[in-house]
Amino acid sequence: MQLPDAEVLFKSLAKKIQSDVGKDFALVGIYTGGVWLAERLHQELAITQPLGTLDVSFYRDDFDKIGLHSQVKPSEIPFEVEGAHIILVDDVLYTGRTIRAAVNELFDYGRPASISLATLVDRGGRELPIAAQYIGIELELPADKMLVLKREDNGKLSLDLYDKSFAE
Amino acid sequence: MINRNPQLDENGVLQHLLTTEGLPASILLHILDTAESFVGVTERDVKKIPLLRGKSIFNLFFEPSTRTRTTFEIAAKRLSADVINLNIAVSAQTKGEALLDTVNNLSAMNADMFIVRHAQSGAAHLIAKHVRPDIHVINAGDGSHAHPTQALLDMFTIRRYKEDFHNLRVAIIGDILHSRVARSQIHALTTLGVPEVRVIAPKTLLPKMVERLGVHVYHDMAKGLKDIDVLMMLRLQNERMKGANLPSPEEYFKYYGLTPEKLLLARRDAIVMHPGPMNRGVEIDSAVADGKQSVILPQVTFGIAVRMAVMSILAGNQV
Repeated sequence: MQLPDAEVLFKSLAKKIQSDVGKDFALVGIYTGGVWLAERLHQELAITQPLGTLDVSFYRDDFDKIGLHSQVKPSEIPFEVEGAHIILVDDVLYTGRTIRAAVNELFDYGRPASISLATLVDRGGRELPIAAQYIGIELELPADKMLVLKREDNGKLSLDLYDKSFAE
Repeated sequence: MINRNPQLDENGVLQHLLTTEGLPASILLHILDTAESFVGVTERDVKKIPLLRGKSIFNLFFEPSTRTRTTFEIAAKRLSADVINLNIAVSAQTKGEALLDTVNNLSAMNADMFIVRHAQSGAAHLIAKHVRPDIHVINAGDGSHAHPTQALLDMFTIRRYKEDFHNLRVAIIGDILHSRVARSQIHALTTLGVPEVRVIAPKTLLPKMVERLGVHVYHDMAKGLKDIDVLMMLRLQNERMKGANLPSPEEYFKYYGLTPEKLLLARRDAIVMHPGPMNRGVEIDSAVADGKQSVILPQVTFGIAVRMAVMSILAGNQV
């Protein structure tokens, strides 16, 4: 299957955000792919608020099934969440469970004025009432495939598709 | 038959934390890395995460210790677990209820985790061998054997200030003979690759053949502190001061108490640690305990994050 160019998707995503809200908001990337995207957006859109990062491992709903993720990274929210307009950034939007966890975590830092969601790829398959406001592309993918964002040493982003059984 | 480490399941996954002895560096580092993320949580306004919601954690303290029990309690509560404190020294044990009967009763109340402090070495091991496979046990200090979470929070503190274990000289100073903390520290330090671990103590406070643990023995602070990056002080127990091991607390302070003058013998950027509670004027001078090189209070703060990490890793490792 021919996957779209992640760099092209990124440019279109950045444009959509810029034309809609300019740069008066805070960005929060979700580990790992979402942080890469958020770093690039932060630079591209010259956001003045410092960049936030979230590792939602402590808020996931599958802890009882799979335990703690093997490499948890510290979440860092270096701005006042109370009253802030926040755009959450993730690479692939699928079931919506990661976003549920991220929203819950953000509220433990304070009560934001608003949270919206930006994603490079929306692949459908939602299991929760969650929608993205800014989308690079919508893709229909079979449930047994896993879509991941990759970053090369030079910073170039690309998409990769795996068989789920293979990835585990 | 190979005698498997009782802390690990057949796949090498951590099920109980009983001692730092025999644990691979990968598991120790995983705990330290996970604790880094919990430090962030403990600095927020809302210092609570929902990870262990609905889990019941029993603090089984057969030996009184308000400090250690409190740090476990705070850690468990910040993970949203329900915490039940049992000071068994003053309840069932005085009525003659056997250790394993107590554990059976609490297991029947659907406990998920036991935190065990006991004056007898091996008590936590005994409980871990006995409980249902879905119950996890953390040793919060057993006799003079082990105190793994203290050692892990010490390792966390060292890594925070010194970054790399592989170029450090570390000295453990004081009553090594009776110290479960020292034993757990030595195993953790050597596993994490610290090239030189020294113990500094009078002969009467050193175990026989302590060199076998991979440490260098010194009886003299002046020699032992030379080029040291990390000083790990030990608490001198009151009962030891009065016993035959030592002439008097004043005498001990004169030779082994850490004063600003003695601290000058170590490296200028050396850090001073102490597991608490301190005997000021016995093993450590107040000027050092409250001084610039002291990281004793950060140890307490990091202790919460490290215990949160241990609890959540264990609770997530289901068989």
